[in-house]
Amino acid sequence: MFDYDVVIIGAGVSGSACARELSRCQAKICVLEKEEDVCCQTSKANSGIVHAGFDATPGSLMAKLNVRGNQMMESLSKELDFPYRQTGALVVCRNMEDMPNLQALYERGMANGVEGLCILTKEQAHALEPNLTDDVYAALYAPTSGIVCPFGLNIALAENAFVNGVEFRFYTEVLDIQKQGQGFLLHTSKGDYTAACVVNAAGVYADVFHNMVSSHKIHITPRRGDYCLLDKSAGKHVARTIFSLPNRYGKGVLVTPTVHGNLLLGPTAVDIDDREGTNTTREGLDMVLQKAGENVKDLPLKQVITSFAGLRAHEDGHEFIIGEVPDAEGFVDCAGIESPGLTSCPAIGEMVAGIVQKKLGLFPKEDFSGTRKGILDPKTLSMEERNALIQQNPAYGNIVCRCEMITEGEILDAISRPLGAKSLDGVKRRTRAGMGRCQSGFCSPRTMEILARSLPGGMGEITKSGKASGIVAGKK
Amino acid sequence: MEKYDIVIIGGGPAGLAAAIAAKNDGADSILILERDRELGGILNQCIHNGFGLHTFSEELTGPEYAQRFIDQVKALGIPYLLNTMVMDISPDKCVTAMNKTRGMFTIQAKAIILAMGCRERARGALNIPGYRPAGIFSAGTAQRLVNMEGYLPGRNVVILGSGDIGLIMARRMTLEGAKVQVVAELMPYSGGLKRNIVQCLDDFHIPLKLSHTVVDIRGKERVEQVTLAQVDTNGRPILGTEETYDCDTLLLSVGLIPENELSAGMGVLMNPVTAGPKVNESLETNIEGVFACGNVLHVHDLVDFVSQEAAMAGKSAAAYVRGTHRQGQENSKPVSIKAQQGVRYTVPDTIRPAYMQDKLTVRFRVGSVFKNCYVSVYFDQERVMQKKRPVLAPGEMESFTITRQQLQKYPDLGTITFRIEQDA
Amino acid sequence: MEEKTLTCINCPLGCSLLAKMEHGQVVSVSGNTCRRGDVYARKELTNPTRIVTSTVFVTGKTASMVSVKTRQDIPKEKVFACMDALRNLTVKAPVQIGDVLLANVADTGIDIIATKNVE
Repeated sequence: MFDYDVVIIGAGVSGSACARELSRCQAKICVLEKEEDVCCQTSKANSGIVHAGFDATPGSLMAKLNVRGNQMMESLSKELDFPYRQTGALVVCRNMEDMPNLQALYERGMANGVEGLCILTKEQAHALEPNLTDDVYAALYAPTSGIVCPFGLNIALAENAFVNGVEFRFYTEVLDIQKQGQGFLLHTSKGDYTAACVVNAAGVYADVFHNMVSSHKIHITPRRGDYCLLDKSAGKHVARTIFSLPNRYGKGVLVTPTVHGNLLLGPTAVDIDDREGTNTTREGLDMVLQKAGENVKDLPLKQVITSFAGLRAHEDGHEFIIGEVPDAEGFVDCAGIESPGLTSCPAIGEMVAGIVQKKLGLFPKEDFSGTRKGILDPKTLSMEERNALIQQNPAYGNIVCRCEMITEGEILDAISRPLGAKSLDGVKRRTRAGMGRCQSGFCSPRTMEILARSLPGGMGEITKSGKASGIVAGKK
Repeated sequence: MEKYDIVIIGGGPAGLAAAIAAKNDGADSILILERDRELGGILNQCIHNGFGLHTFSEELTGPEYAQRFIDQVKALGIPYLLNTMVMDISPDKCVTAMNKTRGMFTIQAKAIILAMGCRERARGALNIPGYRPAGIFSAGTAQRLVNMEGYLPGRNVVILGSGDIGLIMARRMTLEGAKVQVVAELMPYSGGLKRNIVQCLDDFHIPLKLSHTVVDIRGKERVEQVTLAQVDTNGRPILGTEETYDCDTLLLSVGLIPENELSAGMGVLMNPVTAGPKVNESLETNIEGVFACGNVLHVHDLVDFVSQEAAMAGKSAAAYVRGTHRQGQENSKPVSIKAQQGVRYTVPDTIRPAYMQDKLTVRFRVGSVFKNCYVSVYFDQERVMQKKRPVLAPGEMESFTITRQQLQKYPDLGTITFRIEQDA
Repeated sequence: MEEKTLTCINCPLGCSLLAKMEHGQVVSVSGNTCRRGDVYARKELTNPTRIVTSTVFVTGKTASMVSVKTRQDIPKEKVFACMDALRNLTVKAPVQIGDVLLANVADTGIDIIATKNVE
């Protein structure tokens, strides 16, 4: 009697994780996303850290799901073939007065069940990371901390959900939600949807949807963070994620290698009103560069290749809100998913799916396929294997993005695969074409030409990221 | 494995001229590797005229200038591979390349000429704050879209950077029907030629705002507004001087960076000022038999000088392959060239007098605008040459000729210094 | 007597030139450092001309655009008329450098010629 058993609002990393977990069940599921692609908002602009779990308050949901997500990430990365590496992390304490705070962090981590934590002396810390500031007094070492490609994770979860039968509707913005019988009626920019269950994974908009159905209001603040990304030539400046001691706005500015070998600095933390306010600011970028330099010396700041800002969905209580809304049966919140949300998403998906499954009495699906092959990266092949591939498909012999050495074959794969790329950003997030030091200066016309072959409308219609983000104004 | 005496990385103006010179100097086994679908490099999209005044005494367009060299390469029967990306060069000069037909393959070279050119500095390198919508292009990307693909990048344009590419694109976009509102320049002077300021901006009443930069970009999907502000002498925006322009496009022409990832990968040492390899009088890098020329060595403003420089690299490579490169007084002491007092860098930065030809062109750039000044050359403490110049500007590459004869008079010379001086 | 100011384009010096004009003729030029400034001012003020370069669509194997130019400089005021004439021009490959693609553009008496070979 409903269009769907479950409608999930949002195709970010939380929504996609929920979709993937629910796709294990016999159910009709649909993900509604207002943007043109998955991974378009909070999930695309963050630190890409798989946190060990020493930050969150012991006993909190955040702590539990963080540690659980961290434990799940490695096997998930193998099942779904996305880049992940356990690198370890150091939290830098720069003076003796702050030692109690570092000690408290250690104890919190122990209480949360984080493995392998230890406090290092200055000498021990420098032995691990020679570019740590000379001011380091001591450091908390967390060997289970890791780094992940946030796009890779999000896209992998969504693709796997899709091949297991979950429908994805893009450009579909939910405008209103009403209770209808035992379920819900969702008015969207693309018509009405009904569902027995709604999963609210709407990131910085999750409070809006929650408040449509519940009288127990929640409030989410978009907390903006500016980042600077450095060239791969700077990628080995540190080998692990370097954190500051946390303050009330979060974990402070970190310095970390990325899974693809760049160096990432950020984020700042500024509470704003605009839920789409992903603009960087002069003050923000200046602060990133300054703060990053407090913990790590000799940062090659001339190697910055791009900067960006992301929004965290900060809930007033600084806790994940996950569960069925008491006064809106069948409406499951997945709200306040800020850091460590990326780390926690596998565990969030598991938890939400459990709630929905129980609620609707869903049965497991026999033909669920839990593995997925990512876009083939020819760089991982031997020369013989690579030549065999090129012989079979010459597009793999044609380098399109010269900075990241991405071939036409990879771009075609990104476009034609399930939930394929439809825009330059879509190609970029899937293949890294355009993500290198020239920031797509050379390859964007060529990527546009490849996209134009597969999409209706030709080159004149190619967008950066859907909607009104057309690249060119028209034929000359 | 295939073997060639000389492998040239890049078939743009530098690679072409190097190949021709090497061939004419007796080298026989030469291969050019070009990543694009045709020879000629960036000249193919530089459809404006003004190329070749020094070389051919006429004003050619970019494609015409390139074709003259392509014709020679073809007439000389120099082989080249198109659509071929060099993936790696090992320190012992083994080149790994890839294309659609041959897959990945390796070539052993005796000598290598690096001629990969440069890339444009992107927004990120300037830390320009704001949104990241569509409609922000480097000027060269916009140039390619208009001139080679036939698409207009936008209709209402603000340009940051008044180097020649920025100026040329201001005219190009205007001629194609776009409205170019303003060109902003961070420096208190333009890096472009006077001729381009007059014929690309003044002709179309496009204002040039010196000492200005972009401080904000608004628009979530497509660029909607760009805010400029005046900057102080340190290049920092001055509060209260902001002016906002409604526009759909921002073109960035904010500098070029030599593309030396392959060079660095094989162990070539770089000059931090040019971001290109450190080279000696033969344009040879710290790795014997590896030469560099054109924009990969240092960014040029005139292609004629690229061709001249590349010919020198080609000749040096031919001599190296012949084995005559190192004949003579092998134990002679190298002379280092220092850039001081207004001179930012010199190419080359060392001379081994024994290997130098009768005349050596030392190219350099100055760090700011100088009027009625002198370029002085010191041999150790002694000023041996001075040339009066009415004006020197950072945008114009300068050169100075040093002869072998001069050096022979100073057998114990340690350092040559280039300086800009106000007095004779 | 009318006075006109302009910037000399011959070298980076960029001399500010002051020209005195009478009945559309240049009577004197000052501010120039060398003779080229004088020549430039007289030409620019009485008969300003420009070479126009652009690209036009081509139906060819190797490219979709071919670059073109006016064989000689044309009067400055004809530049936009020239661009209008090029806007709707599509030529057939093969094209050789120097081929006339449009004769007597905008009634200037000057031809548009190809500046690139397209197969």
